[in-house]
Amino acid sequence: MANINFSRAYLTMKQLLTGNEAAAEAAIQAGCRYYYGYPITPQNELINYMSVRMPQVGGVFIQAESEIAAINMVYGSAAAGGRTMTSSSSPGISLKQEGISYLAGSELPCVIVNIQRGGPGLGDISASQADYFQAVKGGGHGDYHLIVLAPCSVQEMANLVYDAFGLSDKYRTPVLILGDAQIGQLMEPVEFPEKPNKKSPSKTWALTGAEGRKRNIVKSFYPVKGQLEEFNNHLQEKYKNIEEHEVRYEAVNIQNADVILVAYGTSARICKEVVKKSQQLDFKVGMIRPITLWPFPKKFIRKISENAQCILTVEMSAGQMVEDVRLSVEGKCPVYFYGRTGGGVPASSEVIKKIVEIVPENLAANRLLQLAEVK
Amino acid sequence: MQAIYEKPKTFIDSATHFCPGCGHGIVLRLIAEILDSWGMRGKTIGLAPVGCAVLAYNYLDIDMCEAPHGRPPAVATGIKRVHPDKLVFAYQGDGDLAAIGMAEIIHAANRGENITFIFVNNAIYGMTNGQMAPTTLLGQKTATTLSGRNATNDGYPIRVCELLAVIEGSSFIERVSISSPEQVRKTKKALEKGFRTQIEKKGFSLVEILSSCPIYWRMDSNEAMRYIDEEMSRIFPLGVVKDWEAKK
Ligand SMILES: Cc1ncc(C[n+]2csc(CCOP(=O)(O)OP(=O)(O)O)c2C)c(N)n1
Repeated sequence: MANINFSRAYLTMKQLLTGNEAAAEAAIQAGCRYYYGYPITPQNELINYMSVRMPQVGGVFIQAESEIAAINMVYGSAAAGGRTMTSSSSPGISLKQEGISYLAGSELPCVIVNIQRGGPGLGDISASQADYFQAVKGGGHGDYHLIVLAPCSVQEMANLVYDAFGLSDKYRTPVLILGDAQIGQLMEPVEFPEKPNKKSPSKTWALTGAEGRKRNIVKSFYPVKGQLEEFNNHLQEKYKNIEEHEVRYEAVNIQNADVILVAYGTSARICKEVVKKSQQLDFKVGMIRPITLWPFPKKFIRKISENAQCILTVEMSAGQMVEDVRLSVEGKCPVYFYGRTGGGVPASSEVIKKIVEIVPENLAANRLLQLAEVK
Repeated sequence: MQAIYEKPKTFIDSATHFCPGCGHGIVLRLIAEILDSWGMRGKTIGLAPVGCAVLAYNYLDIDMCEAPHGRPPAVATGIKRVHPDKLVFAYQGDGDLAAIGMAEIIHAANRGENITFIFVNNAIYGMTNGQMAPTTLLGQKTATTLSGRNATNDGYPIRVCELLAVIEGSSFIERVSISSPEQVRKTKKALEKGFRTQIEKKGFSLVEILSSCPIYWRMDSNEAMRYIDEEMSRIFPLGVVKDWEAKK
């Protein structure tokens, strides 16, 4: 770990940290005092950092015996009203899925960081975005969603981890930070400005001992016929509310763009470079970067697709987010996909090659359409 | 007239879902009696497991949390770290604690978590209709060992108390049973000691209670009690296995 000085003055200055360290420090700045984890590359800087820092701020750090234990410790601390977090990487996040489903089913707030690596199975330790389905479609059993935030820089990692605690308390739901090995291990300048709202809102439902009040029960079991459906309807209402209010994205150069790239995290960094380089091409490239992967910016993408020539989704997977892009577009414009798998990271030149491959065809098709309309 | 025996206030007045002759109701009642007499109702957080006791919160009038199957030691750890001054107990069956949750209980003991574990051993999976448990006796017939548990294929009954006693972080471990009024009184004493171990911050405590499952043992209640005394207690000997106070 970098030789870090933790004084407040130091933290408000710009520091060079890895994304993993920034996530850890941001959690501490956000008031998280209960961290449970299990080592796995490429998120080890995060657990290492927490082991030093949590005791300094009077918090709890436990190196759990497994990811399963870690997420269940999070479950306990969340149920008891504590601000709590765990982190891991792909195979470890798979192990946490049962616990995550229970957290969603018991409406408990917490933050989970997934620094994705290549899969399936043991895979490799380089950057990947192949856990997208698992992250945004549920992952564990049952009808539930996590709020999924995807940072594309070290500073944004810090900001989103901070916001994640607020969102998880506001909606009583686990929030997942979906990073990847590049975002986790990259070093960039970051600062941690002093922010308000470090404290959770009052948690009248938490387990604190029932002194002077009616007892609280934290559970997700509804054995009486009809009760579980009622509870699920309540969850779905909550998710609708989140979809209404919490969508975040960044749009770059999208006015009159011939091609719109859709990408998040590391692949969005590459696409940003493509947008810059495209100024030398004879067509315009724009980009939409979803920051919330769930709720997905589907209304915005749909609106843009009405005037767009075509959309190209770029991912470090065999094509997962592209399904949500297609669902958003509803056939209003063609959607293409470029992806690398198994730890492969697309180069900007590869993305440009793909653009050149799809654009003339599309423009030609469009000219035919215009001719048809003229008659 | 003076009442000498009544329903504890912490025990919610309702019919339980337990089968006739099942031991769970007795153990939950003992917990309620202790919390009542110690005035601890408002200072306690309990954990219900997956298994027949999943609905324990329907009977105990205290703050309670459910845990995924086998995970009560991890969940209890998370609760206790937030509220180190509350009495935290986890209530687990043999499938929950000794099969799917074996890792969590060993590591909670190893960390010396200042939590009391109440381990209800009925040598079978009750809730899922009578399959073999890690504590099922050799020769015992269950839904998945129709001709009796056979060591060659199924392994041996696991002695949880003895296993945990060798772990340095454990402080108080005792095995008791509910087979007779006398044994029930001993069980209450063991639970009190377990709770006191925690209140005095002496670390990990576990009370194993040999309990009955007449329905899936295919016995009547009397036979079940005899089975505990004559068969189970031979493989799982009753008594204190580890005691932090005895060291002195
Ligand atoms: C992950 C998971 N696996 C399996 C089950 C199904 N299940 C529920 S209770 C149980 C066994 C419980 O046995 P035990 O802990 O001995 O308690 P008892 O019901 O006998 O009191 C099982 C396997 C589950 N709920 N979750």
